[in-house]
Amino acid sequence: MNGKNEKKKSMMSGWDWAFVICNTTFLVLFCVVTLYPILNTLAVSFNDGLDAVKGGIHLIPRKFSLRAYDAVIHKQGLQQGAIVTVARTVIGTLLALVANALLAFVVSRRRFLFRSSLSFFWVVTMYASGGMIPGLILMKNLHLTNTFLVYIIPGLVSAFNVLVLRTYMESLPDSYEESAQLDGAGYMRIFVSIISPLCKPVYATVALFVAVGHWNSWFDAMLYNRNRTELTTLQYELQKYLNSVMQTQGNTSSSGKTSSSSQVTPVTVRAAASIVTMLPIIMLYPFLQRYFVTGLTIGGVKE
Amino acid sequence: MSLMNPSAPALKEKTTKAEIKRQSVLLIIAALYVVYGIIFYYLPLVGWLMAFQTYTLKGGIFGSEWVGLKWFKFLFTDDTFVRIIRNTLAMGVINLVATTVTAIGFAILLSEVKNIWGKKLVQTISYLPHFLSWIVVTSIVHEAFSTEGMINELLVNLHILKTPISFFSHTQYFWPIVAISNVWKETGWNAIIYLATITSIDPSLYEAAAMDGAGRWQKIKHITFPGLRSTIIILLIMNIGNVINAGFEVQYLLGNGLLQSVSQTIDIYVLKYGVGKMNYSLGTAAGVFKTFVSMTLIFLFNFIAKKTGDERLF
Repeated sequence: MNGKNEKKKSMMSGWDWAFVICNTTFLVLFCVVTLYPILNTLAVSFNDGLDAVKGGIHLIPRKFSLRAYDAVIHKQGLQQGAIVTVARTVIGTLLALVANALLAFVVSRRRFLFRSSLSFFWVVTMYASGGMIPGLILMKNLHLTNTFLVYIIPGLVSAFNVLVLRTYMESLPDSYEESAQLDGAGYMRIFVSIISPLCKPVYATVALFVAVGHWNSWFDAMLYNRNRTELTTLQYELQKYLNSVMQTQGNTSSSGKTSSSSQVTPVTVRAAASIVTMLPIIMLYPFLQRYFVTGLTIGGVKE
Repeated sequence: MSLMNPSAPALKEKTTKAEIKRQSVLLIIAALYVVYGIIFYYLPLVGWLMAFQTYTLKGGIFGSEWVGLKWFKFLFTDDTFVRIIRNTLAMGVINLVATTVTAIGFAILLSEVKNIWGKKLVQTISYLPHFLSWIVVTSIVHEAFSTEGMINELLVNLHILKTPISFFSHTQYFWPIVAISNVWKETGWNAIIYLATITSIDPSLYEAAAMDGAGRWQKIKHITFPGLRSTIIILLIMNIGNVINAGFEVQYLLGNGLLQSVSQTIDIYVLKYGVGKMNYSLGTAAGVFKTFVSMTLIFLFNFIAKKTGDERLF
């Protein structure tokens, strides 16, 4: 009996070891698969253009060159796109954060008379949407097409973000609000100087969600503002560039022909442009990790 | 009693009035949000009327000719559109299944890691692709699957292939490539919620199971899986409606002329015929159909979840 048990135990620890080794190997492979394409893009971006066309570059540039970055930085469209993208990310994120937080504050007040009906009004918007064309016609009728504001106003309030914020605000104790009210503070005072400072983590989460959305967006630039090149965005410029590269690669056999004299080829420029657009987010997200993990968990589980 | 009765409603009315006055700020703010919501979310729903008209910019919604179900009839007798529905649903289902299974698998494997630093590192790396735009991701995917790309290089080196395949000229590879792109981008991100659920499972359950001699696999099977069940079902209901939305950007950015028969989705159709050719009514009809399917799927799955006694959305 005793021996049998012991045998079982040692067998299990053997299996345990096998599991740990397999699991570790698998997770390491997972990280390699995740990182390799990005590191490879990085290596290609620092490589000489003509040399890169031959392929076979892995993690280290074979013939180092900064020409591709030089070309990217001096590309007219990308420059303009970067300015617009930074502007919309900063302005859009700030305004959206205020707009979403204020609505969340209202619907999280327990004594608010229309609390549940206002929540319902916004939850509906998560599931029923007019679609691409009614949206486009609305923007046209509101004279928002071909303006910068079309990037900011239509997406200002998002029911999902409001839900995340509301859940967090509801978890705060009522006593803060009550004691402030006894001191004669109005709702706006309570929102600005009592609730908001307590909501920093969830504000950071929502700000990250919104900012990433702004930084990566291109479809609204194409749909609403394609006639105004000065309102282009970084990702839309990248998309147009990649598209044109694909066209030329399809039509002519040599992809290096466009600018062989300047030693810059679409392969390296594409890589460099990708790196430039992803850099700010890659540098930012690890520091906000703690916030978005809790934010997503709260919002998701509750919802 | 008779003395107290009349005073009760009066008092209530008084408090309500006082309450309204006290809440006036909240009420004004709420009203502004309702106006905003009506304009940007509810007004476009009125635009659905366009699907039953031959919409002209000049006539507008109230001055255009009514044509009944003409555009819907046109869509469902159009072989292209029927094929597009097939593409959309097929890719939607494949993506949903692939991303759900990989996220759950990844979450379970990661939750078994005891080393805190290792776990944190893997997690941080796993979120990275989520933050990249589809433009960048599809560009990377394009490079990776090109004839000189890393996938062909790997397959040739492992002697799985003799010569490189041109993945983007054969229709049969497109759906798997879209699924792989989605899995690569979202596995780590989607796993966040499953990991949180696993962490919230009562540790004493695992201890009790260990006392009874349960191995790792048995613990996963009998404790972790049942613990994840309600989260999985809620997320499936939430995402099932997206099966018909799944994929506009990836297909739009990865597709090419050779792949049209498998790559086009409803949204691409709307963009091409509705926006591109200015046939707003046809595009809206396709969009209305999409929302209809997505709502039906959500309610259907919610209903099934209710019947089987599971957690449900509403």
